Amino acid sequence: MPIRTEPMTVNVGPQHPSTHGVFRLRITFDGEEILEVEPVLGYLHRGSEKLAEERNYVQVVTLTDRLDYTSSMINNQAYCLAVEKLLGVEPPRRAKFLRTLVAELQRIASHLVAVGFFIQELGAFGTPLMYAFRSRERILDLFEMLCGARITVSFMRPGGVFADAPPDFWPALTQFMHDFAIEFGEFEQLLLENEILLARTRGVSPLPPELAINCSVSGPVLRASGVNWDWRKMDPYDAYDRVEFDVPVGSHWDNYDRFWVRMQEVRQSMRIIDQCVEQLEPGPVRLADLPLVIRPQAGAEAYGRVEASKGELGFYLVSDGGIAPYRCKIRSPSLINLTVTEHLLVGWKLADMIVSLGSVDINMGEVDR
Amino acid sequence: MLVKALSGEQLAERLEQALPDSVKDKGRDEVWVEPSRIAEVARFLKEDEALDFQYLNSVSAVDFIEYFAMVYHLTSLNQRHTAIVKARVYGREGLVVPSVYQIWRGADFQEREIWDLMGIRFEGHPNMKRIMLWEGFVGHPLRKDFL
Repeated sequence: MPIRTEPMTVNVGPQHPSTHGVFRLRITFDGEEILEVEPVLGYLHRGSEKLAEERNYVQVVTLTDRLDYTSSMINNQAYCLAVEKLLGVEPPRRAKFLRTLVAELQRIASHLVAVGFFIQELGAFGTPLMYAFRSRERILDLFEMLCGARITVSFMRPGGVFADAPPDFWPALTQFMHDFAIEFGEFEQLLLENEILLARTRGVSPLPPELAINCSVSGPVLRASGVNWDWRKMDPYDAYDRVEFDVPVGSHWDNYDRFWVRMQEVRQSMRIIDQCVEQLEPGPVRLADLPLVIRPQAGAEAYGRVEASKGELGFYLVSDGGIAPYRCKIRSPSLINLTVTEHLLVGWKLADMIVSLGSVDINMGEVDR
Repeated sequence: MLVKALSGEQLAERLEQALPDSVKDKGRDEVWVEPSRIAEVARFLKEDEALDFQYLNSVSAVDFIEYFAMVYHLTSLNQRHTAIVKARVYGREGLVVPSVYQIWRGADFQEREIWDLMGIRFEGHPNMKRIMLWEGFVGHPLRKDFL
């Protein structure tokens, strides 16, 4: 005889360690099964868009670091591209390659965090996360050599980068790339065909491509749903038209594929970094004739976008001819990827909830802005 | 094949053919449509085979004091082109625009955010409430007159 159960509403978060920040899910359970999900956000809302209206174009770069703090370099890049589009200028060749290089290092770091926590949420407490963080730590050390900061880097500027890499950066990068190839090989060996991981994630929470597109999902989540769409390929910016890489695409659309796509993207990022180092030529790294206080034409507007580690990150800038953006709208991939939470969670069990949420890889700094 | 941007001219022509009187104005990169017909225009842009805009990149609102500009950035993944559709919403109080939620689910959080921070309501959105700030907050902080 079935036991009659009452549905129960539980708040997961905002202080729950596995919600990746201050994110709250109001979930109604029937026993172990999820009946209803409502995401509640805004706990980290700092009003970045309003703050940007009070700062000049160069100062806004510091705000972008604080959006998705696991991929600050890519945020810098997206914003700088938008400003450059607004002005109709292009950075020097060396700056383009430097930006591409650091953006790919940042993508590796961000994916390592995503994958590390994903495994942690599956119950493999500590070890795989430490494997991931061991390598991420060294990427942050490299950033420290570049600009003195590890997380809030502000390395890029409209019209190039803040400064050229110091001479000791290059041997450190070579050493890192050598070690990381081995470390990541271990990581792959440990995880990619791990039986427990497959049993827990294969076939769980599939996201069909039509729904993913309709919900404006982007980045690894979209590609795991079988949609071959990467802005680095479709609308190449900086030096992405000069490098070769593949776009991994999932075939099962499930949690495992979202994990697998990120693992493959790390490999592709390594390829891009090697090609950037090969093609770097000496030269200026910042446009000399661009003033510190930028005044774009009144009425000018631009939508600059990049393929960030979480998806399409866009900055929509509108100028009124002043020294600060009149409007700076941030299209954040984390927020929009959350549109599918309900689809991913409803009907699945409590134990899969945390894992599915981890597979989307949200960052609250970017969700709430 | 790379993504190319459709010009305001091309978009205006297509829209004018299919939905007479929906186009108000056109710019170099964008087309301005009648705000009350946004949902209708959106459905056409999505369902027309040549345009095929299944993907909504972003929805933004800009406060120009005299009016609010609604800005829709769209992409067609099959046709590999992008478009910008805009609408002018005049007034300061009680602003309502048709929601595109039923056409692109991706508008869900962005429309709620615009209501929260800019104070434009979306008719037909199933869950039109504040998203970043709490219910009971007075005012819409991204407006230019919010100090």
